[in-house]
Amino acid sequence: MAERNIYLPYLMRIAKITDEAPAVKTFRLEFINPEEAANFEFHTGQFGMYTAFGEGESTFCIASSPTRKGYIECTFRAVGRVTSALATKEEGDVIGFRGPCGNLFPLEQWRGRNLLFIAGGIALPPLRSVIWNCLDQRDWFEKITVVYGARSVADLVYKHELQDWEARPDIDLVVTVDPGGETADWKGKVGFVPHVVEQLAPPSENTVAIVCGPPVMIRFTLPLLEKLGFTPDSVYTTLENRMKCGHGKCGRCNTGTSFICKDGPVYTLAQLRELPAEY
Amino acid sequence: MEVLRNKAQDLLAQGQAQIVIGYEAGTGGIRRPSFARTAADTARLVWDADCISNLAGYLTRPEIKRMGKTAIVANASTLRALLQLTAERQLAEDAVLALAVAEDGTVTELATAQAVTDHVAALPDALSAADREQMNLLASMSREERWVYWEKELQRCIKCYACRSSCPMCYCGTCTMDCNKPQWVPVPSHALGNLEYHTVRAMHLAGRCVECGECGRACPVGIPIHLLTCFAEESVHQQFGQKAGASAKLDYALGTFRPDDKESFIR
Amino acid sequence: MTTILKISAESLEALFAALGDSGRRILGPTETDGRVDLGEVQTPAQVADAHLQLTLSAKEAVFPRVERLLSYKTMPGKVELNDAEPDIQPTVLFGLRPCEASGFGSLDSVFNWDSRDKFFNARVEQMTVVGLSCTQADDACFCTSVGGGPGSTKGSDLLLTPLADGHYLVEILTAKGEEIQALAPHLFQPAVNEDKEALLAKLEPHFDREALTAKLPGLFTSELWAEQSLRCVGCGACAFVCPTCACFDIQEEADTKEGQRLRCWDSCGLRQFTLHASGHNPRSAQAERWRQRIYHKFSYFPQRFGEAMCVGCGKCTRACPVDMNLKEHLTQACGT
Repeated sequence: MAERNIYLPYLMRIAKITDEAPAVKTFRLEFINPEEAANFEFHTGQFGMYTAFGEGESTFCIASSPTRKGYIECTFRAVGRVTSALATKEEGDVIGFRGPCGNLFPLEQWRGRNLLFIAGGIALPPLRSVIWNCLDQRDWFEKITVVYGARSVADLVYKHELQDWEARPDIDLVVTVDPGGETADWKGKVGFVPHVVEQLAPPSENTVAIVCGPPVMIRFTLPLLEKLGFTPDSVYTTLENRMKCGHGKCGRCNTGTSFICKDGPVYTLAQLRELPAEY
Repeated sequence: MEVLRNKAQDLLAQGQAQIVIGYEAGTGGIRRPSFARTAADTARLVWDADCISNLAGYLTRPEIKRMGKTAIVANASTLRALLQLTAERQLAEDAVLALAVAEDGTVTELATAQAVTDHVAALPDALSAADREQMNLLASMSREERWVYWEKELQRCIKCYACRSSCPMCYCGTCTMDCNKPQWVPVPSHALGNLEYHTVRAMHLAGRCVECGECGRACPVGIPIHLLTCFAEESVHQQFGQKAGASAKLDYALGTFRPDDKESFIR
Repeated sequence: MTTILKISAESLEALFAALGDSGRRILGPTETDGRVDLGEVQTPAQVADAHLQLTLSAKEAVFPRVERLLSYKTMPGKVELNDAEPDIQPTVLFGLRPCEASGFGSLDSVFNWDSRDKFFNARVEQMTVVGLSCTQADDACFCTSVGGGPGSTKGSDLLLTPLADGHYLVEILTAKGEEIQALAPHLFQPAVNEDKEALLAKLEPHFDREALTAKLPGLFTSELWAEQSLRCVGCGACAFVCPTCACFDIQEEADTKEGQRLRCWDSCGLRQFTLHASGHNPRSAQAERWRQRIYHKFSYFPQRFGEAMCVGCGKCTRACPVDMNLKEHLTQACGT
């Protein structure tokens, strides 16, 4: 008989909550059902639908790396009905998770290449999953560089991990805050992400760029990368359209011939140019 | 018809209007909104007794406003809505040139709110005889009978929002129905969701509805939904002695404080 | 292999009784106060006579306007989650127009192209479609422009075509159709030399769907869409009455102790469809939403699933408050 109900979430317990920035939190989630935990697999780049029971589902990325087993992490900003409700949860509370949804970052294809991650604001979480994934299999890649910017020092997420990355010899981290967002003791850069990238002028040779951030950052960063010699198929980004079902049915994320929840969220710049700019 | 087309052509040619909103023949000969921006477009304009829809909803649309000065072929409903939109400060006074077409085809330009007000004052009551009869029938029912009537009608609602979208007074950028923090009204078109939606809509139109019946005509499943807003409007008329769409200077009855209010609780 | 038979009006009445006896519910077009809806019927006499179309579409039978997907109870530190089972029974959809019947194919593509939607499938499994050929058409109809026709068998398990002598020509098209015939085989008689084509409504194609699909990618930035959508008021009537529109919303209804998740119809024509919580809207103008509707149906969907997401029933045109005639707009796009 019955087919599986694809709309039914897994029940997850919040094992740990980290306050990242104003209104931004990270949840570490563990499966309540051990069988589900054992069968669960995902790839970096994929996302999920998170339930605040009583309020509904919201879509955001899995921010942890698939190399870290036994849990998933997500980072979100309390903006809408569901994320605001999630933000009131406490450790030990139960939420729902559906996923993993969507495609993945093709790490296999990136073997032997340099990786340049560029992230702005609350868009570091999807890249954090990839960065940790790559660091956990460090010998696959050549140089790894991360440029991360936020509006202010307070708005930077994963502050402790940034310190870790700073200290590691196998990753170059450049952190910047928008002009006016610096504190008296701020030791990082001050300036918008595209400017910082321009100054940094990373070589494009044998390099993959992975860019994620607010539309304005994307708009100024992509042409810059092209100027630096990055080809459209060596630049990756991840889209966040509004979604409901996560199965390419509800139609909400349909953009051109793509269902972003199935064919995305990861696209190369070359693929993006084939889609209408409705994201 | 020729007089109207020529007038539209002149207005466009002389730059007195950049767009003329009117009616054209649609599927199976029905009348539908038409937008003339060139001399060639004006050939599509028609005017006859079937031009009953209220066109005023287009006047507040950003796409239309961006085009410049608007002239609008206006029946009584459109004129009333034009005045009400002006009273609600959605349109600047005299922002729109109304073209009233008489039975003999002559066109009167109504360029000011005062001219529209005077013109509307001479027009007959908005509600059709059939609607008036239905209103009277509903009024003659007991509360229980009315409940049964509306329960049955509203269960047909599919929440397509055609009523909201075609109402000239539903111009809010974000409707209460679309707010979800909190979710005031359930989104699904089940019994409660439908009842709450239409109750809220009727209340929001009390004192603002020009009784054009556009929402009822728009409903794809044939719910006479305009009878609710018309009833709300007429209640306000009875209680406060003012009618939406009668003047460009009208305070919202349910939102206006008057020291001489007849209710003691508000004084 | 199609079997062609005929059935008299009296035998049809007996067939209805046999269907009822077999435990099947019969849904057909019923008319109240001039409004034709899909309603439960026991006899052919209850079926609306000479109607052209249901106002809403028969998709309601497999994709209801509101449907529960799951429910739950919340307790401190605990959630009890319950799967939902659709409330279904064996159902015969009687007297669907061929356009409506063919719409189930598009819905199947949407609901099952990747993961399978159990709610849709459970209903389809229990459903038999008895189509009824069209002997009339109106100005909104354009089935022949999108690959259908007044006597198209697509999507029907059994198709009836009214004959001049009061009988119906019966085409038995699928195993489900054969099951119906097997309930009362004696009610059917052989059909000899019946000219089905001659009985059908005549409807000339207005445009070539494949040519349109080929043309649309080049028209994306055309002014045409803004031009056409100027009249559109941005409601969801067209999508909600459409036999193939399947976009949906998922809504939560809960109190502090328990709740349920409901799926309900949605439309790409509505402003909030793509609106982000941040306020950003990828399709903020009505012109973009109108274009999405056209492109989803006639460009993206055919590229992905090989056929248009439109059956040419014209329901959207009839339901539209401002007569956004789809046939006319598509014909115009073809000529642009």
